[in-house]
Amino acid sequence: MPKVALFVTCVADQVFPDTAAATVRVLEAAGVEVTFPPLQTCCGQPAITAGEPEAAARLADHHLDVFGALGSGEIDAIVAPSGSCTAMVCHHYPSLMTERRAEADALAARTFELTQYLVDVLGIDDIGSRLDTTVTVHDACHGLRNLGLGPGARRLLEVAGATLVEMHEPDTCCGFGGVFSFGFPEVSTRLADAKLGHAASTSARYLVSGDLACLMHIDGRRRKVGPSSAPEPIHIADLLASGLPSTS
Amino acid sequence: MTDVVHPSAGHGITTPGADFHERSANAVANPVLQQALHNLDRRLRTAGTAAAAHPEWKDRAAAIRRETLLDLDGWLDRLERALTTRGVQVHRASTPEDARRIIVGLARARGARTVVKSKSMATEEIDLGNALEEAGLTSVETDLGEYIVQLAGERPSHMITPAIHKTLPQIRDVLAREAGTDLAVDREALTAWARERLRGEFLRADIGITGVNFAAADTGTLVLVTNEGNGRFCTTLPPVHIAVMPVEKVIPRLADVGFLLPLLTTHATGQALSNYVTMISGPRRAGEVDGPEELHVVFLDNRRRTLLGTKYEEMLACIRCGACLNVCPMYRNVSGHAYDAVYSGPMGKVLTPLLSGGTEGADLPYGSTLCHACSDACPVKIPLGDMILSLRADVPDPHTPTRRRRRLFWTLFARAWSTPRGYRASTALGRISRGRVPGLRAWTATRELPRPAREPFRDRWAREHPEERR
Repeated sequence: MPKVALFVTCVADQVFPDTAAATVRVLEAAGVEVTFPPLQTCCGQPAITAGEPEAAARLADHHLDVFGALGSGEIDAIVAPSGSCTAMVCHHYPSLMTERRAEADALAARTFELTQYLVDVLGIDDIGSRLDTTVTVHDACHGLRNLGLGPGARRLLEVAGATLVEMHEPDTCCGFGGVFSFGFPEVSTRLADAKLGHAASTSARYLVSGDLACLMHIDGRRRKVGPSSAPEPIHIADLLASGLPSTS
Repeated sequence: MTDVVHPSAGHGITTPGADFHERSANAVANPVLQQALHNLDRRLRTAGTAAAAHPEWKDRAAAIRRETLLDLDGWLDRLERALTTRGVQVHRASTPEDARRIIVGLARARGARTVVKSKSMATEEIDLGNALEEAGLTSVETDLGEYIVQLAGERPSHMITPAIHKTLPQIRDVLAREAGTDLAVDREALTAWARERLRGEFLRADIGITGVNFAAADTGTLVLVTNEGNGRFCTTLPPVHIAVMPVEKVIPRLADVGFLLPLLTTHATGQALSNYVTMISGPRRAGEVDGPEELHVVFLDNRRRTLLGTKYEEMLACIRCGACLNVCPMYRNVSGHAYDAVYSGPMGKVLTPLLSGGTEGADLPYGSTLCHACSDACPVKIPLGDMILSLRADVPDPHTPTRRRRRLFWTLFARAWSTPRGYRASTALGRISRGRVPGLRAWTATRELPRPAREPFRDRWAREHPEERR
């Protein structure tokens, strides 16, 4: 039985704990044993996007201390319900942590985004979830372009029985961008509107993504605008977990 | 004149505003501009997709460009020797001011009065049009889009399609004002009028000025790409041709052109090849019937060589195709003038601060969602997204008060969150305030912000797994 340490991400920990719990359920349904290193905090991505790599490196040091201490006998992989936070570790840590480069490389090599771990690493696309609904998928930028995530998320959804309706430009940014959403709110909001519009055109029930930050942005705009026909933004772990037999 | 990227900052900008944020907000609020931008999306967003099926093309292109950068000075020396052998006069300009002085000097020496120009970002970079006007010369842009922009007193908003920010009725107004008569809002009629007018300019011009797309070091061949044939007129009709060549335009071998050229046009406009490709190997020789009597090439450095050996060196691999602009969510919504710089879009966000030594465009790197669509689109694999991120730390000067305040905030944040106790204490504060912390207004004016959960996941896990204590 593969053993995984959950890299929960600070957003899921503090704002969306249900998604974190759903991630655990999805992993367990795939036959994975999950542990939670309780000393983890934040990967440091907010600091690096703000232009403060030294502060980011301090947080990265802590993340590496916590997860790097887990021996290969204890865990097989580190899994996060976020392509963006995974990309921070896999794409940015090696160049950010020049003094601990070898450790950072080793950490990057065993850190995975949830769907990437299930489909690409374990080769599992059926976790026993059954969904009778329609979905459209937003490809979150960092998972898509920093990690090179493939069709794993769509595969999991379709094997579960969901009908996938692709939206126009599924791979165009939702406009979040961390500090960008505060510094350039007009363009940021416009991009969220475009995303909601494209999603609404599909008439799907759910707008699925693998990143909570994008979903928080898209849903934040959707709720501000008021009642709309746009699909409900939902994290893929939440949707897949909702289709699992209640006993598992 | 001073040595800056664009001495006439603010001149010719249709999107006003004090900074990139203000200009971007004005751009999205401008309905006419937004209408014009639909054309860009329709025409250019998917340019380059034909090449996407061949990732090995990008690998090879990237390798050729990096081979050049490994020995840039060596390739420039070889190019200069090859050019000189063919009778071309080479000038080296280390600053825009040098370049302007050289070109204006050449024009004066010939007693020239009129200049025709083929679209060139390098001449925009050195603000050559204004320098020529100040020296008493008449300078006419001959690329139709750039001609429109020049008549409107503006600056190109896109390096491939300079007037893409304008709608057809706006273009009619600009051309009709120049014509002094009414013109129909009709693409063909407007183009026909401009064609007629420009033909006369080509015939009377004393000097043709162009940029350079590629310069082959082995043969001394200058390669120019246009779609309207105006480049060929500029380089064959006037008695003098001056080519302004940023130093990174050199490529090792003429044979590389066969590969790099289709890659450029595919990513620029989706064309397998541009309508015109001009390869120039020196001025007119004895017995030849056309070509200029004199051919000058101005090598323009403008801080480029200072980038060699730095983490921004790869920016010099750029072939100015515009692919990064066409896929950029920021550019697609705000258009080029919002950047208030010669180069816009993702490559402009990187190049503007670098070429100005950080005095220009320092706020451009913040106007990015960091989606990395630019890095993916780049035919020569420049990590534009990573460079935009790095520039946030590297420009502006870290000793400004704003930078010091920001640094203090993030240092305290990192100090707190790099210990589980500090993380726990600060997030508990967030819960007590129910997420109502200052500075959120920019977000909450247009978007709801979720509140922190009552019980963080870590507490739930500890409650449900009392046996686990690490």
